[in-house]
Amino acid sequence: MTTPAFNTTIHHIQHHDASSKVIFGFWIYILTDCILFASLFATYIVLYNNTYGGPGIAQVTSLPYGLIQTLIIIFSTLTFGFGFAAIYRGNRNQVMFWLVITFLLGLAFLGMEQQQFAHLLHQGYSWQTSAFLTVFFSLIGIYGLHILVALLWIIILMIQLSSQNLTSMMKTRLTCLSLFWNFLNIVWVFIFTIVYLMGAIQHV
Amino acid sequence: MFEHLIFGKLTLAAIPYHNPIIMGAGGLMGLVAAVVIGSLFYFKRWKWLWNEWLTSVDHKKIGIMYLVLAFVMLLRGFSDAIMMRLQQAIAVGSHAGYLPPSHYDQIFTAHGVIMIFFMAMSFVFGLVNLIIPLQIGARDVAFPYLNSLSFWLSVAGAMLVNISLVVGDFAATGWLAYPPLSELAYSPGVGVDYYLWALTLSGAGTLIGGINIFVTIIKMRCPGMTLMKMPLFTWSVLCAMILVIVSFPILNMTLGMLFLDRFFGMHFFTSGFGGNPMMYINLIWTWGHPEVYILVLPAFGIYSEVVSTFCKKQLFGYAAMVWATAAITVLAFTVWLHHFFTMGAGADVNAFFGIATMIISIPTGVKVFNWLATMYRGRITFATPMLWTIAFLVTFTIGGMTGVLMAVPGVDFQLHNSVFLVAHFHNTIIGGVMFAMFAGYTYWFPKAFGFKLNETLGKYAFWCWVTGFYVAFMPLYALGLMGMTRRLNHYPASTGWHPYLVVAAVGAAIIFCGIIFQIIQLVVSIKQRERNIDFTGDPWDGRTLEWSIPSPPPFYNFAITPVVAARDPFWLEKQAKLNSGKLPEKPHYTDIHMPKNTASGFILSMFGAVFGFAMVWDMPLLSIVSGICMLVCIIARTFNYHTDYYVKVAEVEKIEAAHYTKLSESENSQVAILSGA
Amino acid sequence: MSNQTLIADAELGTDRKLIKSYLIGFFLSVILAVAAFAIVEQHILTGESLYFALAAFALAQLFVQVVFFLRLNANTEDDKWNLISFLFTILIIMIVVTGSLWIMYNLNYFMMH
Repeated sequence: MTTPAFNTTIHHIQHHDASSKVIFGFWIYILTDCILFASLFATYIVLYNNTYGGPGIAQVTSLPYGLIQTLIIIFSTLTFGFGFAAIYRGNRNQVMFWLVITFLLGLAFLGMEQQQFAHLLHQGYSWQTSAFLTVFFSLIGIYGLHILVALLWIIILMIQLSSQNLTSMMKTRLTCLSLFWNFLNIVWVFIFTIVYLMGAIQHV
Repeated sequence: MFEHLIFGKLTLAAIPYHNPIIMGAGGLMGLVAAVVIGSLFYFKRWKWLWNEWLTSVDHKKIGIMYLVLAFVMLLRGFSDAIMMRLQQAIAVGSHAGYLPPSHYDQIFTAHGVIMIFFMAMSFVFGLVNLIIPLQIGARDVAFPYLNSLSFWLSVAGAMLVNISLVVGDFAATGWLAYPPLSELAYSPGVGVDYYLWALTLSGAGTLIGGINIFVTIIKMRCPGMTLMKMPLFTWSVLCAMILVIVSFPILNMTLGMLFLDRFFGMHFFTSGFGGNPMMYINLIWTWGHPEVYILVLPAFGIYSEVVSTFCKKQLFGYAAMVWATAAITVLAFTVWLHHFFTMGAGADVNAFFGIATMIISIPTGVKVFNWLATMYRGRITFATPMLWTIAFLVTFTIGGMTGVLMAVPGVDFQLHNSVFLVAHFHNTIIGGVMFAMFAGYTYWFPKAFGFKLNETLGKYAFWCWVTGFYVAFMPLYALGLMGMTRRLNHYPASTGWHPYLVVAAVGAAIIFCGIIFQIIQLVVSIKQRERNIDFTGDPWDGRTLEWSIPSPPPFYNFAITPVVAARDPFWLEKQAKLNSGKLPEKPHYTDIHMPKNTASGFILSMFGAVFGFAMVWDMPLLSIVSGICMLVCIIARTFNYHTDYYVKVAEVEKIEAAHYTKLSESENSQVAILSGA
Repeated sequence: MSNQTLIADAELGTDRKLIKSYLIGFFLSVILAVAAFAIVEQHILTGESLYFALAAFALAQLFVQVVFFLRLNANTEDDKWNLISFLFTILIIMIVVTGSLWIMYNLNYFMMH
């Protein structure tokens, strides 16, 4: 024999469990993405000196440029965090606002990457020139692809938020996106260190 | 120009009209497809197929579909094997055999790819999907929609491999497609591209599946089932899924880099422009070694279940078994270089990995001793699953020992890429993984379908497989020591290898008989199912939770989530019932939360298959369109806010009552028979 | 990213705790990024000590991100699983990357000498 109240409690507990499962599952996915990048980094370290007569890392990157990109990414993580905190206040408009800011910062970052690539291509250096340029374009490019996916995800969430409000499901999705965005920040730290900073040392 | 936009590189010349073997095989595949599709039309079962199977998110149905995929691909991969054995048995001296080298190369490549990725992995995921939620007292896996997606992505990959037989070529590079051979310069055709897309699609499916099962086991165990109370099959699957999660990204990325080389003209692994082919080999084996443990750990888990059930004894040394499995999981990442000792990393590196390889054999040895100790003083029933297990204990030990032999770098320099290696890994994969799959198939078939498989035919199949295996592969050990390399399609008579290879071909034929018996067994068992029907849900007097529910289980598995207090909980429950003499209490049902069926996984994967095909043939329009369709599918799914529903108490009561009625009827009739009425 | 505190609706002050955490994390990250930039651009350190310093800064930033933004901890059962999976992944990454680099270095050495 069941009562409506009993069923509602079960419903609530099951939603809690469901969210917990989804977030954990997404976290595990993030860890697989870490390993994906780790193998790409290992390949970068193996191949970055193979310039085949073409430009090396020091010629291809500018450290201040990389720093600006780094600061944009770190700042975007903060703005996303503000949006995430707004969930607790149940303030959907604030969440949307900070999502837009984060989106614009991400777009700016992609713009800078695109500029960097365009500059290289204009000089006649592409991913086909050498193993180094292959791995450079690939590492930065695949990272950029991840940012692009995150930006697309922000748009979709904003569309869904406008009709759905801050339900348990939307909160779960925002949590997953927040994990993804933070993860991208961490990966960029390693790109900045291994590609830009270590690369600039070669200059010395 | 317009033609290029639509058809890319694809022309009618891609179909090898003048090759009778390929056209025959293709014709056979086409005939089978026609029969299946024709039957669906004739019996008007399209709606049934769509509603019950293609759109199902039920782990049991998905498990059964994985098993069907595994059987179909077993036939495909085995026909490759027969062709190779036949070629090597006749292509001696002045005979060139019936297979030209380019075709032979595709056959051994396809054999490896199909057997590992589409047969063994499907078999493992099939049994895992079917049984794991039942063993932990759960109603489904953590992400049922993703489960469906994983399966259909595997099917998409398998479809690409099968299409490559008649439209274009398959890779002719070996199952791991080493560069520089697999690069554009030396494999300019579409074969390697088929390979890459088949494995990318199915690899994504496997990774998602690994995450799914891992989260299921961690988060969805029934109350009371702590980690150290889980059945050992669940433990080994947990460890195998950890390996999937951590190793498959490396495979995906490495194949991705090869794809980038071929599609964008990049230079990760090319032999010029600074590329480093050795990095591919390093990375691919960093995945490849954990992969074999992904296959064998669930196999070990199955043996643990079978041994304790058929010896009527609790598994000996549960904690030791768990720690051994965990040790294997971690150590699996420390041995991968033993696959390329001869590539030239030097003595220090080789020594480290050689020693690590020897160390990893120790936990497996612990497990073998524990299985033997379980059998000691048990009351053994020699049913087919138990026979497979005993054969495994002998066969896998031999295979393992030859592995430890090759772990010595000096020895490996002689035996690397010889047929000794081929014998070793078939020894461990057939003796370890396949025997377990067959044992698990026989053991859990009654749970899935409600009736047992024919025992006599099972035994015939068993004896053919075991005999056939030894006859086919023991000669290969000798040949390897005599210096025969692998993947040869022709050899001089002066080598003296011919008689051995004839024996090996006979062995393959004996295995073929085993497969025929398995097919007959299935047909006969289905025909005789009324005779072998099992109303109890517990045909083997099992110990774990999956035997506590009806066979086949209701779609929600457990009407009431079980609460567990110890290992082998069902066994304890049965002992308690026997001793208590009390009637069971009236069960208290509640509404059950279940996921809705969805076509999303199926449709997304079919677009994936089309996308893969379009990318293989450089068809710009089709690639873009199918790619966009895939994206739309993914996004559209997230806009579906009603993906679940509740099963009302009344319906649960009806289903459960029907089972108990049947159960008491069968018990009454058994009592009547026993009392001579 | 404690699952429990997330889904439990609006605990009082949770958002303020979060924002505090994010702001601390933000400032630390910026400082570490600029510091790493400075020691390279201004040639403050050279040679091996430079590499170690950069590695230290990167690991420190990883720590800051994980603790202040991802908020990985061992408070509840859920959190413990998050933490242990993360640590296991780090272990595997270290084994695979250092193992690969060691192997490739040796392969290269024996190829060229």
